[in-house]
Amino acid sequence: MNGLQDDRPGYPLAERAGERVCSHSGVPLAEITLEAIRAGKIAPGDLTIDRATLGLQSEIAAQAGYRQLAENLRRAAELVEISTDRVLQIYEALRPRRSTYEDLLALGDELERVYNAVATARLIRQAAEAYRTSDLLRQEDAASGSSGSG
Amino acid sequence: MDRRRRSKRFAVLDEREVNHDTFIQEWPEAGLVNMDSPLDPRPGLRIEDGRIVEMDGRRVEDFDLIDRFIAQNAIDLARAEEAMGTDSLRIARMLVDLTVPRSDLIGLLGGCTPAKLVEIVGHLNVVEMMMAMQKMRARRTPANQAHVTNWKEHPALLAADAAEAAWRGFAEEETTVRVARNAPLSALAILIGSQTGRGGVLTQCAVEEGISLRLAIKGLTSYAETLSVYGTAPAFRDGDDTPWSKAVLASAYASRGVKVRFSSGTGSEALMGHAEGKSMLYLEARCLLMVKGAGSQGVQNGSISCIALPGSLPGGFRTVLAENLIASMLGLEVASGNDAMSSHSDLRKTAKLMLQLLPGTDFVTSGYSSIPKEDNLFGGGNFDAEDLDDWLVIQRDMKVDGGMRPVREEEVVALRLRAASAVQAVYDELGFPSISDAEVEMAAYGHSSADVPDRDAVADLAAADRFLAGERTVVDVIRALDRRGYDDIAGRVLELQRQRILGDYLQPAAIFDEHVRVRSAINDANDYGGPGTGYRLSPERWRELQDLPRAVPPQQLVTNQDDDGRLRQEEVGPAGVGTAQDIVIGVGPAFGSALHRTLSGLSHADVLRELMAGVEEEGLRPRVVKMRHTSDCAVIGHQAAQLCGSGVAIGIQSKGTTIIHRRDLAPLNNLELFPQAPNLSLESYRAIGRNAARYAKGIPASPVPVAIDNMMRLRLIVHTTLMHLRETAEVRPGCDPVELKVECE
Repeated sequence: MNGLQDDRPGYPLAERAGERVCSHSGVPLAEITLEAIRAGKIAPGDLTIDRATLGLQSEIAAQAGYRQLAENLRRAAELVEISTDRVLQIYEALRPRRSTYEDLLALGDELERVYNAVATARLIRQAAEAYRTSDLLRQEDAASGSSGSG
Repeated sequence: MDRRRRSKRFAVLDEREVNHDTFIQEWPEAGLVNMDSPLDPRPGLRIEDGRIVEMDGRRVEDFDLIDRFIAQNAIDLARAEEAMGTDSLRIARMLVDLTVPRSDLIGLLGGCTPAKLVEIVGHLNVVEMMMAMQKMRARRTPANQAHVTNWKEHPALLAADAAEAAWRGFAEEETTVRVARNAPLSALAILIGSQTGRGGVLTQCAVEEGISLRLAIKGLTSYAETLSVYGTAPAFRDGDDTPWSKAVLASAYASRGVKVRFSSGTGSEALMGHAEGKSMLYLEARCLLMVKGAGSQGVQNGSISCIALPGSLPGGFRTVLAENLIASMLGLEVASGNDAMSSHSDLRKTAKLMLQLLPGTDFVTSGYSSIPKEDNLFGGGNFDAEDLDDWLVIQRDMKVDGGMRPVREEEVVALRLRAASAVQAVYDELGFPSISDAEVEMAAYGHSSADVPDRDAVADLAAADRFLAGERTVVDVIRALDRRGYDDIAGRVLELQRQRILGDYLQPAAIFDEHVRVRSAINDANDYGGPGTGYRLSPERWRELQDLPRAVPPQQLVTNQDDDGRLRQEEVGPAGVGTAQDIVIGVGPAFGSALHRTLSGLSHADVLRELMAGVEEEGLRPRVVKMRHTSDCAVIGHQAAQLCGSGVAIGIQSKGTTIIHRRDLAPLNNLELFPQAPNLSLESYRAIGRNAARYAKGIPASPVPVAIDNMMRLRLIVHTTLMHLRETAEVRPGCDPVELKVECE
């Protein structure tokens, strides 16, 4: 094998690179065992996927021709760093008439600046433009809180 | 014609189950049309400066939300001109051309607009769509998903049913809740149950997205498929989402290592009153491009809960297959419907199922109701627990893998017991309202929620609330299982968490096999290219699918053939031609020797006694002759007639089939034939004896009346074959008939 091939992520990671994978909290997969749980060494936070691993999965998808899935996994990699509550807030902000145009642009900028979430920011900016022409923005003057049409 | 009088034929038809379904004519303006609405756009695409400026007849400034999302995210501009410039009929032919591989087509089809995709599949009839589906589905190995719910939301029953479904072979299990707050406990029950049945089964709980994501983060679920999209902007807005919000949600799930599948399907826009006059398939093509654009690895479609709506219109089930196919053409994993009830008629439901079952899809159903209909919280399943054996038999009939396998009752009960006990132990360890031993046992042996007691809903819901809000996660569940001696189940639940860290199952069409090895469109890509390629049942899998518990060695079916000792027969020499007062009863070579009872279980002693008594009643003398050179009924009868002074004879095989023959008739002709032995009673045999004598005497005889049972042949053809084989084994070619002296007790 040459160096070029070595750089490529093997699939499945479980068989090709399992020993190199760590959880988001940095625990190597090999150490995530029933014995470790018994010994109280594993916390819930040790069972989440890492940004780098999602990055590898994104590359694997892209190489197999699944461009949009690869982009989604790239966004997912970015969201790893963000708390669940904040992630749910981002989702909420994108639902119909929850945000102004400026809100969305600011959200995109924040994600890019704070989390280096370039792909997610790109999607949010795209939404901001789309919502502007589709009556999906929150109306400032009619800002009476919830405007969900249920 | 008398207008007040009804045709009895039409009155009977009115009551047939299929006529409880609703059928309507097309109404395109309301979106009540499956394909080819006059308002559907023609395919078209214009690209300027690397950006789409016109798509399917609409200029960019007129784009709605969905056009915009598709144009920006779904269509592969590098292939678009080539794809749109290729005649749709030509692409349709490529889809069924065995020499064009899936991988080539996926690239080209990535450049198609919604209207183009619809135009392509419009050229295919259903058989061609099935051929295309066989080639285009993402994963080589087909699979199936189960629905596991119960009306009482009983955790022990949920766990038991989940274990059984996993053991039966389902790769994914979905539950949902009657009371939303119960979600954490129901998710927990099917997680434990599924992993008791088989490691690596993926589970989900269909609830509101926020809760759904929290359940996944706690490690209680491993996939989600509740992300619905709609084909018009107003329908989308009624769903309180946008393509962009759904795309972010998909990324949110993936960021926690959770597999995501979107949900769409024909009919939803018309149902919501927002079809904009477009055909259901065109709107679904838009949905599917959105699904792809949002980066979902797959979709559940095939109309799903709306299935009866396309089904009420012409071409409905063809359209549903077309939408499954379009999803596959876009490289998406497809869970292909067949979940919600599609008809009152079993015949119609089964015919519909063949469109997905025979070619195979990534998930043949997006939820086989593995529980009884009354326990299905998704609104009743198209196929239920009661239909499990039908499904298995169909797989065996067709040599097709529908993702299930035959199971043994004792294995299933043992697993159910273990799953229910495991959930009982976890409840105990985590301080949830206790599950009694009696509940565990009732769940293990039960069929539906009618077999388990009511739970204290208030207490369960309070525990569910605490579980969702609190710090406890799957780690506590694993620890509880381990502490109570369920370390194997604990290990499997843990393995699912390890897989979440790896993320291999985020790739298209991923499932885990029985060794928890991932199988997806990356490492198990569909490579169908005609006979001998693609998914084929391995010899082991085929043996497994054949092995119905009810299938027995055929030899076992010839039973109850012990000699009752009541027919004594003695060979007294070669049979001669007797007197004109004789009626010869020719018996088959196994009669009363190798075999002792007819198909319907009548003793040969009784049958022969009745035949002889009938002859004697008419004043003639019965003689019994055993044929040795043939087991054929007509030949036995004809030969017997040659040996009979009166010229009339009875021929009878050991299985009881009987003929009245006459010397001068051609062998295959007869006076009376009784081909269905099981319909013959002892009275019939006596009447046959009587009639034979009357024919010999030249007195009119009315044919022996016989009961008609149309199911007899169906029920007994195997037994018939086996008895005839046994009799034929006694044939001694060249051996002459022998005269018997018989005594029947």
